[in-house]
Amino acid sequence: MRRLQSTEAVIAVVLILAMVLIGLVNPAFWGVGNLFSLAKSNVIIGIMALGVLLVMISGGIDVSFPAIAAAALYITVRTMVTLDYDGVLLPFMAACVIGVGLGAFNAFIIDRFKMIPLIVTLGTASIVRGLVLGLLGTSIVNINKMPHGLIAFGSQDIAAATASNGANVGLTAMVLVYGAIALVIHFVLRHTMTGRSVYAYGGDPEAARRAGVNTRRTIYFVYCTAGLLAGFAGLLHSSMIWQANPRDFVGLELDVIAAVVLGGASIFGGRGSVLGTMIGVFTLVMVKNSLILMKVDTTWQRVVVGAIIILATAITAWRDRKKLA
Amino acid sequence: MTAKAENKPFFRRLLGEDASIIQLGVITLAIFVLMSAMNPDKFLRYYNFESITYVMPELGILSIAMMVAMLTGGIDLSIVGIANLAAITAGIYFRHPAVAEAIAAGGAGVVLHTIMGVLIALTVGLSAGLLNGILISRLRIIPILATLGTGQVFAGLALVLTGGPAIVGFPQTWNWLGTGKLLGIAAPFWVLIVVAAIVAILLRRTHLGVNLMLIGTNARAAVFAGIRSSRMILYSYALTGVMAAIAGILLSGRTNSAKADFGASYLLQAVLIAVLGGTNPAGGKGKVLGVLLALVALMFLSSGMQMMRTSNFMIDAVWGGFLVLVIAINYLRSRK
Repeated sequence: MRRLQSTEAVIAVVLILAMVLIGLVNPAFWGVGNLFSLAKSNVIIGIMALGVLLVMISGGIDVSFPAIAAAALYITVRTMVTLDYDGVLLPFMAACVIGVGLGAFNAFIIDRFKMIPLIVTLGTASIVRGLVLGLLGTSIVNINKMPHGLIAFGSQDIAAATASNGANVGLTAMVLVYGAIALVIHFVLRHTMTGRSVYAYGGDPEAARRAGVNTRRTIYFVYCTAGLLAGFAGLLHSSMIWQANPRDFVGLELDVIAAVVLGGASIFGGRGSVLGTMIGVFTLVMVKNSLILMKVDTTWQRVVVGAIIILATAITAWRDRKKLA
Repeated sequence: MTAKAENKPFFRRLLGEDASIIQLGVITLAIFVLMSAMNPDKFLRYYNFESITYVMPELGILSIAMMVAMLTGGIDLSIVGIANLAAITAGIYFRHPAVAEAIAAGGAGVVLHTIMGVLIALTVGLSAGLLNGILISRLRIIPILATLGTGQVFAGLALVLTGGPAIVGFPQTWNWLGTGKLLGIAAPFWVLIVVAAIVAILLRRTHLGVNLMLIGTNARAAVFAGIRSSRMILYSYALTGVMAAIAGILLSGRTNSAKADFGASYLLQAVLIAVLGGTNPAGGKGKVLGVLLALVALMFLSSGMQMMRTSNFMIDAVWGGFLVLVIAINYLRSRK
């Protein structure tokens, strides 16, 4: 019975109701092609959301991850093009290293100068975007120049089906990558000392410190992991859409934060789960994608996303109201 | 002996209370000297300073608005959305056939309709600010998320109203607000001075200002002191919304257009200027004078760098670097 009252269950019910509603308005929602493309749209936002989840559990907020992701993908792909290198493993490692490095920079400022994460990450986002666009330029690496290895990696499918209009549609294999990452994060958060210390730090930093949590290590772990996931997701995105755009992901922070909050994480820290976040991401992506299916004008998208943020935060604020009293 | 005793507290007060202002003055002066030295024949021209007085006000008013939101430990991420929505609503009013006809006819009608447009924009700003205030003070949503959400809604509504492209064709009187001159000084600069003076008086000399500082310093103590916190916070966000609308009027007046995604980089810059101006983002501390000094410093910096043909992207990076630097300086100073 308690399972049914958990935050995840509530969001799942909301999600199912939304799916039924959208399906009633437009049955095309349940088409294989639409479902596969929905799953695909979850991958990148989902991986980034897992990083943001960690940050939010620790009581912080990160708005620099889209800039980090864009930097990691653009630096990596441009280097590959220059060196005429065509591999997969090494570039992904490079993107992860760039992400971890920039995440460590965030952690350093937040930990060393005791500054509010929002303001620090606003600053680093501006630095990273400015430097990438200013030093490397703004030209997009298109499919004709994209390394073939990356394209081949990003376009693998695990299942194929024939849509009602006769087109062949595939389910991207990247959902497996997303699932694997989610499992790892879930395991770390639930079953390791590092994961528990993130919850403890988010619940009450001072109490966590007195209980023996190494707060500095916790902060570095949180922001470095968020950077790592952003860097990885950036290059994965690039290999899935077959181009590298240094201006990619502008404004994505809002969607991802909305999804994580929708998934039940509390901005006060100490609360949040991987499953809830994944459901939150799925709900947000589905609503955005389905606005078109429901014949809503695309200009309304931002209003809907904003309304979702307000609604989700109002509900979590109501849930957490005792903390404020 | 007595003179010493009198002098010391005064000196200490000067250093203790106004050290941040002095530090800012020094930074501003240093940037001014540096930029003058690097662009010897361009920077010190009258034209350069004149053009700064046209560009500066909209950002300055947004920064003061951000400072007011930060006084209670909050933040307002929706100010740019409010500014654009206010300008666009006014633009749509001017587009209305009856209004457009009256404006084309000239005469007193133009001024009257411009005043109506300003009132409409300010009402939009006030309503948006009240919405933020209600979400934050009544529903107890944390300011970052509440204004993140409303910012999306405002920008989204602006997009819905315009359908994407910019709204053009504001009346000339409206453009005068952004490009005109009064007594030899830029009209928008006058607006900045008036807004800054009003907010400074509000914060230093009224109940509202003192209460806001107290709420920001210690929210719980403020409640026990009998302050109606939620009402005060509601007022502060309403004020922020109105100021954002004023900035929107100036921006649309200067560019003769209004668009849903104008001035996106202003958000970071407003946060930066507020923090640089000695505002404590955790609440309780903030001065209009500090914000104005920081604004001037950054205006000198970006105009000087533009003269050196630095790319706009690099200027963005420098602004971000500056923010991090100021955070570090403030931290090191506060530890002393």
